[in-house]
Amino acid sequence: MASISPAPAEVRPASNAEAVVATRAVTKHYGAVHAVDGVDLEIVRGELFGLIGHNGAGKSTLFKIMLGLIPLTSGEILIDNASVSGGGFRAVRRKIGYLPENVVLYENLTGLETLQFFSRLKGAPLRDCAPALERVGLTHAARRRVREYSKGMRQRLGFAQALLGRPQILFLDEPTTGLDPEAIREFYAILRGLRTEGVTVVLTSHILAEIQERVDRLAIMAAGKVQAIGSVQALREQMDLPLWFEIRIAPEHLGAVRAALGHLPISAIEARDDHVAVQCRREAKMAVLEALAALDGKVLDLHVREPSLEDVFFGFSD
Amino acid sequence: MEFRQIGIIAGKEFWDRIRNRWVLAVALVFTVFALAIAYFGGAQQGAVGFRSIEFTIASLVSLVIYLIPLIALILGFDAIVGERERGSLDLLLSMPITRFELLLGKYLGLAAALAFSTVAGFGLVAVVLATQLNLGALLHYFGFMFSSVLLGMAFLSLAVMVSVFAADRTRASGMAIALWFFFVLVFDLLLLGALVVTGDRYGGEVFPYLLLANPADVFRILNIFALDDVRSLYGLATVFPRALADPWLLVW
Repeated sequence: MASISPAPAEVRPASNAEAVVATRAVTKHYGAVHAVDGVDLEIVRGELFGLIGHNGAGKSTLFKIMLGLIPLTSGEILIDNASVSGGGFRAVRRKIGYLPENVVLYENLTGLETLQFFSRLKGAPLRDCAPALERVGLTHAARRRVREYSKGMRQRLGFAQALLGRPQILFLDEPTTGLDPEAIREFYAILRGLRTEGVTVVLTSHILAEIQERVDRLAIMAAGKVQAIGSVQALREQMDLPLWFEIRIAPEHLGAVRAALGHLPISAIEARDDHVAVQCRREAKMAVLEALAALDGKVLDLHVREPSLEDVFFGFSD
Repeated sequence: MEFRQIGIIAGKEFWDRIRNRWVLAVALVFTVFALAIAYFGGAQQGAVGFRSIEFTIASLVSLVIYLIPLIALILGFDAIVGERERGSLDLLLSMPITRFELLLGKYLGLAAALAFSTVAGFGLVAVVLATQLNLGALLHYFGFMFSSVLLGMAFLSLAVMVSVFAADRTRASGMAIALWFFFVLVFDLLLLGALVVTGDRYGGEVFPYLLLANPADVFRILNIFALDDVRSLYGLATVFPRALADPWLLVW
């Protein structure tokens, strides 16, 4: 574990926003293994919430707990202020759409029949099945059997299944696995559309670069615990990771650059031909920028590279 | 409990078996065997052709008692564990359905498929033989069909139980085969062995009733020992409690 203790300030979402999914001290032990260990989360209505972590970090287990598929060792889960198990579970389940990790559907059914089957179980109108297929771009394959579907088509069919019955909350476990970049873009466009309708989306991903530009907030899980939670920007600031200036200069001016930055808290300078990379702490960012600007046209180009979520992520969970 | 949810699951299981021609295949197996036994069952006595309903049923029983438990166990052993192993069980359970509804739906759908193929397969034979049967013989035959369906239901419930407890499909199939061996082949031998070992000193009257713990034996008792001449043929009339062969046995 990193020695960083994330500030608790970001744990609660914006004030008086309504929590649609709330987990309170949720714990799941398998014998001595603490798969999920005291997780507190509040996800508000209309939020696009990401859950990231290594394999085995507890994401999928937490998902299944939130859906009421696995009994808790201790703690409490509330979906729209109602318990996921017990007498009212049917009403809660009808508000939920779920796409499991590596979704498996029935090979012998066609795409349309698959949706009709799940639609009946959810008590959703059958006439919504064709539009759901349309929404994920599978209308052309509606009458083909799932066994003939590609991995990406199965994933899209699984997503269409999750959209049946107009759920208010979507739980999507690694939803973009097997999708090509074009389909990933379409997928997030659909999610944005749903968000404007007030649908709350909770998703996991291991492709961090893909999720960091797209979620409102995210939680980083490791060893069954939430290690950090907040917007991508908040997590970056919390981690205080260094950022990089990438500068292009004529090689003969390298000495001038070194001189100009000499008095600043620079942690590294790497030079290669006409490219110079300068690493500094966030608080030195403006000072470095001013010093470079004062070089009077010797700098041909400049690019600031923020720490990626990958850096944040590994900062927390390594 | 919502019957609608049970019906949706049962309907899917049933239509799956219709669509992949499982029902058709099993019905054909029953028809072919039943016709072959009806016409050639007496061949070793040098006579070919339909003889009597008693002998046909007696021969069918010894076939069906092996076949139906096997078919039912194969049909049901992966009902739940199959969904779990493929990975579709989580999705199913995330629907507004209870585990009990899912289990009951699975069982009823598979039971309907098995009952349908049993009735269709043997029913076709009854239609073919209809001209040669009187009302009493027909009743006997329908009794045989009905008890065959019940035999299937009993072993199907064992199979579905296995599918719930087994960790994976391989183990489930092993357990299903083991159940078949136990109830169809080993159970009677064990009883016989126990009877010989105890030397009829005590508990002799209890052993016939222990047969009732085995659905395959109940099936045999109902079909064979309910036929008077067959019972005397087996030479069991003296030792076998008459009440056991009463079809009303099934009611309690």
